[in-house]
Amino acid sequence: MAHIDLGNDLPGIRGPMAYSPATARPLNELAEVLLRSDDNSLSRGERELIGAYTSSLNDCFFCQNVHGSLAQHYLGCDMATIDAIKLDPQQGPISDKMKALLPIAAAVQRGGRHVTTGLVEKARDEGATDREIHDTVLIAAAFCMYNRYVDGLATWAPQDRQVYVDRAPRRAGEGYIDFDLYK
Amino acid sequence: MPHIAVNNELAGIRGLLNFRPETAEPLGDLANILLRDTEGLSPAERELIATYVSYLNDCFYCHNSHGAIACIYLGGEMAEGDANAVVDAVRADPESAPITDKLKALLAIAGKVQRSGKAVLPEDIERARATGATDKDLHDTVLIAAAFCLFNRYVDGLAANTPADLSSYEPRARQVAERGYGKHIFSLQQPVR
Repeated sequence: MAHIDLGNDLPGIRGPMAYSPATARPLNELAEVLLRSDDNSLSRGERELIGAYTSSLNDCFFCQNVHGSLAQHYLGCDMATIDAIKLDPQQGPISDKMKALLPIAAAVQRGGRHVTTGLVEKARDEGATDREIHDTVLIAAAFCMYNRYVDGLATWAPQDRQVYVDRAPRRAGEGYIDFDLYK
Repeated sequence: MPHIAVNNELAGIRGLLNFRPETAEPLGDLANILLRDTEGLSPAERELIATYVSYLNDCFYCHNSHGAIACIYLGGEMAEGDANAVVDAVRADPESAPITDKLKALLAIAGKVQRSGKAVLPEDIERARATGATDKDLHDTVLIAAAFCLFNRYVDGLAANTPADLSSYEPRARQVAERGYGKHIFSLQQPVR
């Protein structure tokens, strides 16, 4: 049971978002710009993967499944592939650039100061731009917020992982701003 | 030196917000709602939560920036020296700081959120409720603490410019206390003493 009376029985972040629409709006606008806007040289799948990976490091079941399923949807792969990347990005079927960006996300998850010049240079060597490095850091940082919001209020999460896979196409189509929290 | 090419005239998060205005907008809206809302927790209490979490995350820029803003709000209620002492005491140990029992209980929750969302236990919530904390106070505390786990990582993860001169923080803090968060904080016209 959630720590506070949310006035609804929605799963995960949708519970506190429906409870507090004023804060939900910028939280969703941030997600839309970072994860879904087409004005980005990182693909939607790559950006969702950064979100899913950070969420798995933070051990947030709801977020890693929502965003892992979205990454799976965009990348056109199966759940086992996403799980393998979360476990060890270096062995996954992803680009060398992503293999250099995911360690930056992991460093951000531990703490901002863990992002070293060496990690950034490695990403640059693989072709990452300033904006891609910026967005990787901010996506990872944002999930350090979303994950804590979800677990810090003890929201509930569906345990059947297929539920998340089934919902992903709709979220991909509707985006993070114009959707009904109750559906 | 920052990891990416930002305008070096802008301190801390301001340089990052200026680099990417598209993400700056929702981040500014979030900060305004969470830190300047006057329903429930006061702006001073909200900034103290932000300062404490930023201190735990060892983010020099953020804990000094928000500590300076908290000081300005507290300055409306007490002498400047006393306001500084409250902020320093909260950083060092909220339990022995000269603050309300409710804020002590909420800062304990914020400290848990800083470590992990899962660290917040029912007894932490019960303790806060016993001091009069409402659902909204609890919600806002968790989200402010979580948001600073974002802001602190954003600032240090990109190695944002961090002024070492502590006297430079007050003019920026006054700008925020007077005008709030928003585009003006990362325009090239920066406040100076």
